Parts: sequence; structure tokens; C-alpha cells
Amino acid sequence: MWSNVLYIDLETAEHHIRDRSDLFEKYLGGTGVATQLLLEECPAGIDALSPGNPIIFSIGPLTTIFPCVSKVVSMFKSPMTGEMGESHAGGRLAMAMRFAGYDSIVIKGRASKPTYLSIHDDEVKLKDATSIWNLSSIEVTGKILREVEPGKGRRSIMRIGKAGVNQVKYANVNVDTYRHFGRLGLGAVFGSKNLKAIVISGTEEVELPDMPAYKKMYSKLYGEVVDTEVMDKYHDLGTAANINVLNQLKGLPTKNLKQSHFENAESISGEYFADNLLLRKIACSNCPIGCIHIAMLKTPFQKGHEFEVSHISYDYELIYSLGTNLGITMGEDVLRLIDRCEQHGLDIMSTGGVLAWATEMYERDLITPPDTLGISLRWGDTDNYLKMIDRIVEMPNKFYQALAKGTALAATEYGGEDFAINLGRLEIAGYHTGPASIVGQIVGVRHSHLDNGGYSIDQKASSQPLSEEQMVDKLIYEDYWRMINNSLVCCLFARGVYSEQNMVDALECVGIKKTRDELEAIGRKIFLAKYEFKKREGFDVDKVFVPARFFETVSQLGMLQKNTIEKMLKLYRKKTGI
Amino acid sequence: MPAKIKVANPNRCINCYSCMLACSRTNANSVSLIDSAIDVRTSGGIESGIGIIVCRSCIDPPCARACPTGALTPRNGGGVVLDKDLCDSCRVCADACLPRAIHFDRADMPVICIHCGVCAKFCSHDVLEIRKTEVM
Repeated sequence: MWSNVLYIDLETAEHHIRDRSDLFEKYLGGTGVATQLLLEECPAGIDALSPGNPIIFSIGPLTTIFPCVSKVVSMFKSPMTGEMGESHAGGRLAMAMRFAGYDSIVIKGRASKPTYLSIHDDEVKLKDATSIWNLSSIEVTGKILREVEPGKGRRSIMRIGKAGVNQVKYANVNVDTYRHFGRLGLGAVFGSKNLKAIVISGTEEVELPDMPAYKKMYSKLYGEVVDTEVMDKYHDLGTAANINVLNQLKGLPTKNLKQSHFENAESISGEYFADNLLLRKIACSNCPIGCIHIAMLKTPFQKGHEFEVSHISYDYELIYSLGTNLGITMGEDVLRLIDRCEQHGLDIMSTGGVLAWATEMYERDLITPPDTLGISLRWGDTDNYLKMIDRIVEMPNKFYQALAKGTALAATEYGGEDFAINLGRLEIAGYHTGPASIVGQIVGVRHSHLDNGGYSIDQKASSQPLSEEQMVDKLIYEDYWRMINNSLVCCLFARGVYSEQNMVDALECVGIKKTRDELEAIGRKIFLAKYEFKKREGFDVDKVFVPARFFETVSQLGMLQKNTIEKMLKLYRKKTGI
Repeated sequence: MPAKIKVANPNRCINCYSCMLACSRTNANSVSLIDSAIDVRTSGGIESGIGIIVCRSCIDPPCARACPTGALTPRNGGGVVLDKDLCDSCRVCADACLPRAIHFDRADMPVICIHCGVCAKFCSHDVLEIRKTEVM
């Protein structure tokens, strides 16, 4: 029913639409279709920052149609890892693509000068972005585009900051001010294409084959989202609730994972943020939960009650990476660091990881003031970290150029590999919960904790012991089924609502009849197609370096052994056939 | 007893659009924003304010007064009733409504709130309320 792919060539400024029902029928949409488009469009072995690297966006068959089906999948070759680049974002983008009538968008080539894309229903235009190319603020870029573009009030605006323009390898793409395509460097790919921003809106309406059945199913799912406890934790304190929880369990990476608990966690906890800093909560389009927690930071800058006020979105991973991981003791200081990264368009989890590694390097005299250009790195020193963040984006010397490549590559140049906390060349998520978390991030198609929720398997194992094989089986189950979630594309926070049966029933409402087993088979097929791409680009599970630090710091499940990880990886390979 | 929709707590809105989707789903049998009689939009991005526009259910509705064809007539309890057969899409009604609660769908017909309250039913943050009104 929906299989429109918009192809845009930035070099020739041409675009066309193709019906790709061949792909949508087999792979549903979202991550399933995007993976196929990536295999088609991305030449093997290409430099991720060369014009040939495609940028792909995909929504799915349930986008905007059912509650919390609110995400867009982006896909590209990652400049960070050199293999699969995949990142998901919410905001208004999914709804804007749905009503503009595009199920996928493929962007190729490099524009000859700074450009932004303006997509409103059938109108697709490349426009000059010279005057906003070097703007230092993500927020101001949005304000300027809002004044000149149509679709007021409901459009989506993606844009990069200076980090993307300068091609920091972990630059993100900001979506509608408070959401992001983060982690794997989509912002740098935008920058390499001279692409500053994309504005998209639409006015289409969608009709479904059986409206009464659809309305009934909508009400059922809406009820599960709103009236049950399934999504409570995202609603109240939000993901930031995890700070105190993981701290108590000794699963909270702190000071470059030298510790798994933080003595000052209370004053940067979800409770502290909610009680002292939370201003309001907002939602992605089509999600009645509203998990986007916005804090207000009010900073005096002159005598006479003059205040600078910023509104900053926060989540658990941000508080971990710029908070506990850097030894920051006050929520307000965490917000200052988050805000600086946001305005530059830097991925925060990677920035925090890079700064934590650099701090330990400095502590051990493996880097010195000439490297940092005179900045002393000390845990908890917010002002110096702010300066470091600016320099990562500006890259004034060899050391900052190395930091702009991420922890793994910086460590190959400067040493300290054993405490360069990354898995698959990506800085880790905020969980030192046990072996499933580590294995999950190694094997995960995008090295994300959300690929298979390894941390949650560790947490289950802490109350009811699981064998290595049981853990691996659970990882594989999640790896396959989340391919279906991510093809629809529902928010993973709503995965408790989108159970196997609910997904089968919801798909039927839009005319897609698949059994549970058929869906699982599609999930596995998508997973293997991703591994086809990953292997083609040189990724090998057996060659992933696991820094010694993981085995030196106690985890939620106690001290971890290297051979447990090796055994689990072997089992995983055998069972999945990768 | 007729009812009317009221934006009771506008500052509680999280900008999820569930109300708009509920209105089009229920009253236009579509998944859309433009078929919705309730109109939610931000001004200055999501970091700024959220505007929620609903029919004010006027007892002496300016839109009906302005309608040259008699397509819009006052509804018992406030607001208007649309007779699509009489409407010639002149858009005079839309201009007559100061809060701009009337807009046009893809078929160029005015989208008119019938005060059914389905938007309030699908508001998870108590922004909207359905209130009983007196029959005149």
C-alpha cells in the first residue's frame, strides 16, 4: 500500500519517486527496507565521507497509524565504525514523512555548495544554505528555517551543527530541537555532502481498508499505552530514573569505568532533575506518553537579576556520559555540558566517552598540556570540559583531531587502549551490568544497547541466574524481534505494548497479513542482511577489542571474566550463523 | 443535552496530536491532520508555545452569519451545523471566525467541529474537556 521512495541527487539537483513495493512487501518498512536500500546504494569499501555514501530515511507500515509508532530509521555507512550506520529518531519527522507521502528517502551525491532540502508534499527543492552553514547554534538554525519555510506548526526540521559541518565523526543530526539521529555520525555524513538541513511537511490523508477494525485496534493499543503500567517509567522520572537504580546495583559506569557506582549520584539523579530542574514534558508526534523531559537552566550573568535561560532535554544516557563518567556532581553542571554538545550537534554519549578517556590519559601523564593546549583535565571540572568540547569541534591540533575520531581511534594514536571504553569502535551505553550487556553491544547491528537490551538480560540474571547459553538465546530473540519493531517503526520504549500478537493484529489492520512465525523469519532475514553489509565492510565479531577495564571493575553481576564473553560470542555466532 | 468542547488546560499539552488523529479517525474515517476540526500547532518550534484551536461554540456564530449560501446554520447549544450540499467553498466563514477555528480539507470543504468530544477522550493530559451546555 505504501512504498514510495523519494530519490534525491544532491549533485544534479534532480529527484524522482519510485514505487518499491518489491522491498516493502518482503521487508515491511523501516529498518528492513532501509537495509536493502543501503545494500543497493552504498558501494563496497567506500569512504563514509565521500559523495557515494547514501543517506536513507525510512518509516514503516504503521507509522502515525497506531500510537507510539513514531520513529524514523536512518541508514548510511558510519564514519565512526566504518560499517553499518543506523540511527533512529523521533520528534515530528515520522509523521511529516507519512503525510508528505514518502516511505523512504534516499539522498545521494554531494552538493556543490552549502545546501538545505525543502520537501513539502510533492515539492522537493534544494536551497542555498551558505549563510547558515557556519552558525554556531542548532537552535538558531531552526529559528531561521522556520521563518522562511512553509508547513508552520507541524513540520519537521533536521539540521546539523558545527560538529557536522567540521565532520567530527560522531556528529549528530538534530531533529526538531530535542531529538536526534545520534551515535554513528550521520551529522558528519550530512556535512560531507554540504547538506545543512532538511525541512519536511505534508498534508496527505491516509485511508485504511477496514476502518471499524482499525478504530477498535487503535483504542486497544492506546489503552495499553496510557492506562496500564507498561510505559510508566518513561512517563514519570523518565529514563533518568536509572541513575539511582544502577548506582545502587553497581552497574553505573563512572569516571571512565574506573568505578561502577558514583558517590555523588544523588545530586545528578532523575529524582534531583525532576524535583529541581524539570520544566515540562513533551511528546513525539503520535505518542500520548510524552517522555521528552525538558529542564530549565537559569544562569545569572550580571548583577541585578539578569539571567540566561536555556531549555535542555535530558535522559539517562546523557547524565551518565557527561555526568557520572566525568565525575560531575551537580545536575546544573550536567545541563551546561549537555547544552554545549547540543548546540554543536555532537553525539553526547560519544563525547562523554572521549572526555572520560582523555581525563584518565591526563591523570596518567600519557597526554600533557601541549596536547590539550593548556587545559588541565580533572574529574568534575565542568569549565574545562566545556572548553574541551569547543576544541573537539574546532580541532585546532593533532590531539583534538584524534578526539574528533572517537575513543577507539584516538587510543590507537595515543595509547591507553585498555581503558578506551568502546565496543565495536563505539563508546558504550551507561550499563556495566554484566556479560550480556557487553556481548549485546558487540554483536548488536549498530552496537547499541537497544539492539537487544543486553543490560536488561543481565538484570534478569541478577534475580534468577541464567546460563551463558540462556543469555545468548535471549539476546538472539531480541535481536530478531526488534528488527520487526524497527521495521514498523515503533518506539522501543513502547515495545511492551507492541507484543508479538499486537504487531500481528496491527499489521492486519493495514492489510498486511503475517503470522507470528512469518514475522520472526522476516526479523532474522533482516538481521542477516545487516550482517551481510557489516561483513562486506570488514566487521568481524571475533576481532572486536574488549578493553581490559571491563574485567577490572565490578559489575552488577560481580567481576566479569574474559572467557565468559568469548564463550558467549562463540555460541552467538553458531546459533545465528553470522 | 448538547455538549461543547473546551480547552480547559492548554498548558498541559505535550503536542502529541492524539486529539487531532482521533478527530479525523472518528469523523472523517481517515488518518490525517487536515481532516481534524481541532487544530494544534506550535509557534516558534516545539521549544516555544503550543496553540490549540477549537470551535468556540458561539451562540450567535459569526461564521453562520457570514455564510452567503446558508450552508452553516447555528447549532442548538452553540456552534454550527454544516450542510455540505449548500457549501460552495467560498471560505468567507473561515475569515469570519476570529480564532480561525475553520479550515478546509483536501476536498475544499470546511472542517466543522461537531462537539462530539472524541478529542478529549484521546487526550492523555486532560487538556480538553467536554462540557454540557444548556439547550436554548
